[in-house]
Amino acid sequence: MTEEENNSFNLVCPPIIRDKKNITLGHGSGGLLTHELINTTFKKILTNPILDEGNDGALISLPAYKGKLVVSTDAHIVSPLFYPGGDIGRLAISGTVNDVAMMGADPLYLTASFVIEEGFSLELLEKVALSMKSTCEEAGVIIIAGDTKVTEKGKGDGLYISTTGIGWLPEGRDIQGQNALKGDAIILSGTIGDHATAILQARGELGFQSNVTSDVAPLNKMLEELIKQVQDIHVMRDPTRGGLGTTLVEIAKQSNVCIQIEETSLPIKKEVKTVCELLGFDPLYMANEGKVVIILPEEKCNIALEILQKHKYGQNAVRIGSVIDNKQPRVLLRTPLGSNRVIEMLMGEMLPRIC
Amino acid sequence: MDLLSSFRNADLTKVVIDRIHKATKSSWKIMEICGGQTHAIMQYGIDQLLPSKIEMIHGPGCPVCVTSLELIEQAIHIANLPGVIFTSFGDMLRVPGVSQDLLSVRASGADVRVVYSPFDAVKIAQSNPKKQVVFFGVGFETTVPAIGMSILHAFREAINNFSIIPANVLVPPAMHTILGSSDTLINGFLAAGHVCAVMGYWQYEPIAEKYHCPIVVTGFDPLDLVNGIYKTILQLEQGKYYVENAYTRAVRKEGNLKAQAIMNEVFEPVDRQWRGIGIIPKSGLNLQKKFASFNAIERFPLHLNPISKSSLCIAGKVLQGLAKPTDCPAFCKECTPTTPLGAPMVSSEGTCAAYYRYQRLGTND
Amino acid sequence: MCLGIPGKIIKIYTFGSTKMAEVDFGGVQQEVCIETVPEAKLDDYVIVHAGFALNILSNEEAQETLAIIGEMSRLADLEDNQ
Repeated sequence: MTEEENNSFNLVCPPIIRDKKNITLGHGSGGLLTHELINTTFKKILTNPILDEGNDGALISLPAYKGKLVVSTDAHIVSPLFYPGGDIGRLAISGTVNDVAMMGADPLYLTASFVIEEGFSLELLEKVALSMKSTCEEAGVIIIAGDTKVTEKGKGDGLYISTTGIGWLPEGRDIQGQNALKGDAIILSGTIGDHATAILQARGELGFQSNVTSDVAPLNKMLEELIKQVQDIHVMRDPTRGGLGTTLVEIAKQSNVCIQIEETSLPIKKEVKTVCELLGFDPLYMANEGKVVIILPEEKCNIALEILQKHKYGQNAVRIGSVIDNKQPRVLLRTPLGSNRVIEMLMGEMLPRIC
Repeated sequence: MDLLSSFRNADLTKVVIDRIHKATKSSWKIMEICGGQTHAIMQYGIDQLLPSKIEMIHGPGCPVCVTSLELIEQAIHIANLPGVIFTSFGDMLRVPGVSQDLLSVRASGADVRVVYSPFDAVKIAQSNPKKQVVFFGVGFETTVPAIGMSILHAFREAINNFSIIPANVLVPPAMHTILGSSDTLINGFLAAGHVCAVMGYWQYEPIAEKYHCPIVVTGFDPLDLVNGIYKTILQLEQGKYYVENAYTRAVRKEGNLKAQAIMNEVFEPVDRQWRGIGIIPKSGLNLQKKFASFNAIERFPLHLNPISKSSLCIAGKVLQGLAKPTDCPAFCKECTPTTPLGAPMVSSEGTCAAYYRYQRLGTND
Repeated sequence: MCLGIPGKIIKIYTFGSTKMAEVDFGGVQQEVCIETVPEAKLDDYVIVHAGFALNILSNEEAQETLAIIGEMSRLADLEDNQ
């Protein structure tokens, strides 16, 4: 205890024992330990003028030009917390930045709340915060408000993070799931199934080893470049949980269109294909955290591909199909043999099969 | 060698499909009795590309689907016991029992874990000596050596907190039942390539002879599948009926003798209930007396009341190829993949689930 | 009942008294029991199902099957050109 604290009238008995290594229930009590945690970990690492004000709410200004607010929120649960290519911190920032960016908006501010399990390592928590900081810097966003709670040991999975993102959509932009039109081209920004494969590999339960890393990344800078140069983008969506297949079905239903994709055009890493073969998974339903599906007029497709392929997160961008009619919502996958099969949403958890 | 991609070559596959079209003069019904082959046929849309005179009938080749309600109820009972770690192949978790499945048992707090291999279950037992680790031993002959090996390993290493629910089923008795039925419409069979990799195909010769039915051992890649169908059609058009091997790179007539020795050492044939079909004599496996202590059913006995089944469900007919899923009044209504009534809708390999997911379309639609 | 894919043996060892191998499936490795293929050696290809080797793949048979089908393709081209 400092001399100041020693001299203050403090009714705590016995005195607080500081665990220097791990989170205790005291860290979530709202008192001194909570303040210490916030100041030495979160605020110290994620510092910015708005967060540093330290009030109950953050005061923010919005850009001067006309537009609308875009708000998105997410809860992030991942096991393990650290995996090849990423961690829960990077996932939390990228996920919410991308949700805002998929609307065509410029992500500006994030909030982050943490539910930490008693006993969680302070060193790991700092690592997570550092990862969030570097991802925020990459995306050009700041965390303006946060909260911390601690749950009893055994009642949490180490760490959960919730984030809310606030962005600004300039007037005149309209990028939504219901905007796909007959004749549009469909682009995918890169290989599918990388994130899901990296997580399976990191969990080590299904007995395989590979070098696949998660694709988790904030895509807003790439998408802003695309929108500015191409204009007229109809739909953008990131195929996260449920994979590309589920995302395309969602869009087809929202726009009431039939989408056809070519199986031979789907970019899938060889290792991801192999893991899917071994476990009986379909790459169409494997989660991605750094990819985007873009639907836009046919005549803009080639220029869009050029722009994406110049960016590090779009190097493998490729056209995967087209919107072929607007009679009924359907997603068709054309096989290499020329037959079609209907793609449905992922139903429930994908489980490894022996058949 | 790039074995995977060679047998997925679209151009070669189309050549064989073209050959099938030229060779087919009469109408034929061909059954594949392997869920993996059903899945592959649907995934590549092969059934859409065959001549309309050929009808592919999807047989009871999904060991997950045909596992009896009684065994599933016993699995659920054991999974709920304190001190038990229940392990299973992933697709068994979704199979509904009377009122719940293993996924919901897990959601209620039971320790239910997906494993890729029965060996993983043995390792879990080694790492958790104070717990009882039970493995749900489903599968056809393909999986039996792996399960047998896990028992042998546990026996040798005295891992006595490990046990299995013996739930394996065998293909030839099922084929006898299907072909022996007076309603049968099947003209030819694709034999499951990986079952035959273990067992060989000598068991099918008396079946082909007795029922005058060509049986072609077939693999799982598109080229393998259409090659197997082509050879079946050639025999049918020529009035021949013998066992032929179209998966020679993985299957020998005698099979894998070492794998069979493991099976015979650990297991013995017993009568088994097939969900939706009924009891097929000597179509299941139980542990030999020497390994009886590894039988989870005996370790954790349960008295089961008779279980009544849905009256709408025509699973038995679908599994024997006597009806299509679309013939069922409950298909896509009361019975869907999220609310399955019977076995063929339960697993992603089930015929009804395959129909639901890979819906039929016109060619080049 | 049959999800099995071919992989190459890159290492052989034992797990207790059970013969095992590390099998490579083109960038993905897995631990596989090879008790039923005791004659398998390094660089052999095996079909793997549920962590277990079913059989050794015959390169010669694979080539022969592809050759027969290749011949079908050649004949089909000839017929088309007639």
